[in-house]
Amino acid sequence: MKEIIRLREVNKTFTSEKGHNIEALQDINLSIEESQFICLLGPSGSGKSTLLRLMAGLMDASEGEVEVMGKSIKKPISEASMVFQEYSLLPWRNIIDNVAFGLEVRKVPKKEGYAIARNILGKFGLEGFEKNYPYELSGGMQQRAAIARAMAVSPEILYMDEPFGALDAHTRLQMQQELISFWLKDKRTIVFVTHSVEEAIFLGTRIIVMSSRPGRIIEDFQIDLPYPRDRWSGKFGHYFNRLMDLMNGKSSITEEYSEVYNQCNNL
Amino acid sequence: MKKLKEVVITLIFPILFLIMWQILSIRIDNHMILPELQRVIGILLEPRQSLIGIGSLFWNIYISLMRVLIGYGMAIILGVPLGIMIGCSRKIEKLLSGFLNLFRPIPPLAWVPLVLAWFGIASIATVVGVTSGKLYTLLNNLKLSMLFIIFMGAFFPILTNTIFGIKGVQKTLVDSVLTLGANKWHVLLKVLLPASMPSILTGLKIGLGVAWMCLVSAEMLPGSIAGVGYLITHAYQVTRIDIVITGIVTISLIGIFFEGIFRFIEKKFFKWQSMSR
Ligand SMILES: Nc1ncnc2c1ncn2[C@@H]1O[C@H](COP(=O)(O)OP(=O)(O)OP(=O)(O)O)[C@@H](O)[C@H]1O
Ligand SMILES: [Mg+2]
Repeated sequence: MKEIIRLREVNKTFTSEKGHNIEALQDINLSIEESQFICLLGPSGSGKSTLLRLMAGLMDASEGEVEVMGKSIKKPISEASMVFQEYSLLPWRNIIDNVAFGLEVRKVPKKEGYAIARNILGKFGLEGFEKNYPYELSGGMQQRAAIARAMAVSPEILYMDEPFGALDAHTRLQMQQELISFWLKDKRTIVFVTHSVEEAIFLGTRIIVMSSRPGRIIEDFQIDLPYPRDRWSGKFGHYFNRLMDLMNGKSSITEEYSEVYNQCNNL
Repeated sequence: MKKLKEVVITLIFPILFLIMWQILSIRIDNHMILPELQRVIGILLEPRQSLIGIGSLFWNIYISLMRVLIGYGMAIILGVPLGIMIGCSRKIEKLLSGFLNLFRPIPPLAWVPLVLAWFGIASIATVVGVTSGKLYTLLNNLKLSMLFIIFMGAFFPILTNTIFGIKGVQKTLVDSVLTLGANKWHVLLKVLLPASMPSILTGLKIGLGVAWMCLVSAEMLPGSIAGVGYLITHAYQVTRIDIVITGIVTISLIGIFFEGIFRFIEKKFFKWQSMSR
């Protein structure tokens, strides 16, 4: 498979207001292949958002190299779009004008852009809200609109930063399904940040686990389960238990858990 | 019904005020101290009649408005783009803000003596070289000294609020459009400008208020021969207190009118701002 994102020896250090250094990311080496659904899993403050911003070209690494699609990345590229953890719709634009934004700057004719936007909004249960403004929508609806906006430009790479964090359990499941079918349809690369273990196993082809202070990759493995995934299957449970232990700090994975890992893969 | 009630409530004090005025003016019975209500209303109702030899109320309002329009217009043309540049670029901010801050604390009217010394009674007519005709009458009334003072008054509120608006734009908004393929111009025109528009508008509103205040004061200075401010001083000199009061009322009415325009724009275009989190 073709490599699409590559990080070499990446460090990212922030300097706080008081002058302290915060090592947000340390020694990140990562190769992401095309058409994969990557889930970044880790506790709060482990540098997931930072990593995503580096890959999106919104930020420079303090050290090391970030390559996307074969080129060192300096600023955002038009092949990739992103869904942010914070609300990011333009408050003075109605929903359809927000969703069509990426198409508008790509000079897609307005009618065509609206058609695409309307189609996606329909899939996300937002039909009838085209002319509403973000403040008239609930937080979860706004987030869905933001996802629609990022998907509307049919990106090669889609970065998603805890996109379902604000959704209720039911909508969350629905959106996960929707995302899976979007991904299965033409297998774009997705890098998806979450701190829900279950969500990561449900969605990803590969899970990368990070630890905090400093932000490091502590585990990285494939999920060999066919889609659509069954949350109640034994294999799912194995992955779940393993990741939970890891997240709860029993992180000497190499010995104790490699056994479980192997078992999972043999099931 | 509810609307009617609101209107009645807002009118209580103005009406009480007018009644007090009328009672006082009758008790005092000296129109050189406090003229009766109907004298002022009479002048307001016939704005075209010539007053004490300096033209009609309309003419003087017209001259005042033209002065404000030009001085204030210049302040917008310079203040908004400059504010945007300073707000966007740290370098430009470092380059300019120290210099601009030297002038910010100076009250606009403190410039009067200096400006009179520099420009004297030169007007736009002098600059463009018109020496006669109707156009001359207008342009000759647009004294450079007044325009400068109006400009100074309006410039800083506009500049400051524009900078504030641009700097306050949520970073995620800019980042999100960058990842959607926006270039620098898109960011400026489709994000920074609309996002800071409410703040810019506040600057324009304050700027216009200050401009209007500066104007009326500037028109009271020697050398002025028209305008609402001049009308007031001149009427005072010839003890026409009714005209003085008419002038003051006019200033207030025009102020309210400006305010109304801004409120309308804010309500119509910037509802998202008051509603957004
Ligand atoms: N702009 C910044 N300036 C200073 N420190 C920052 C900045 N951005 C992030 N950090 C720090 O870097 C570390 C990682 O932050 P990051 O937002 O990447 O974490 P995260 O894994 O996304 O957390 P969460 O799950 O809470 O979103 C944190 O300690 C944070 O305080
Ligand atoms: Mg985050």
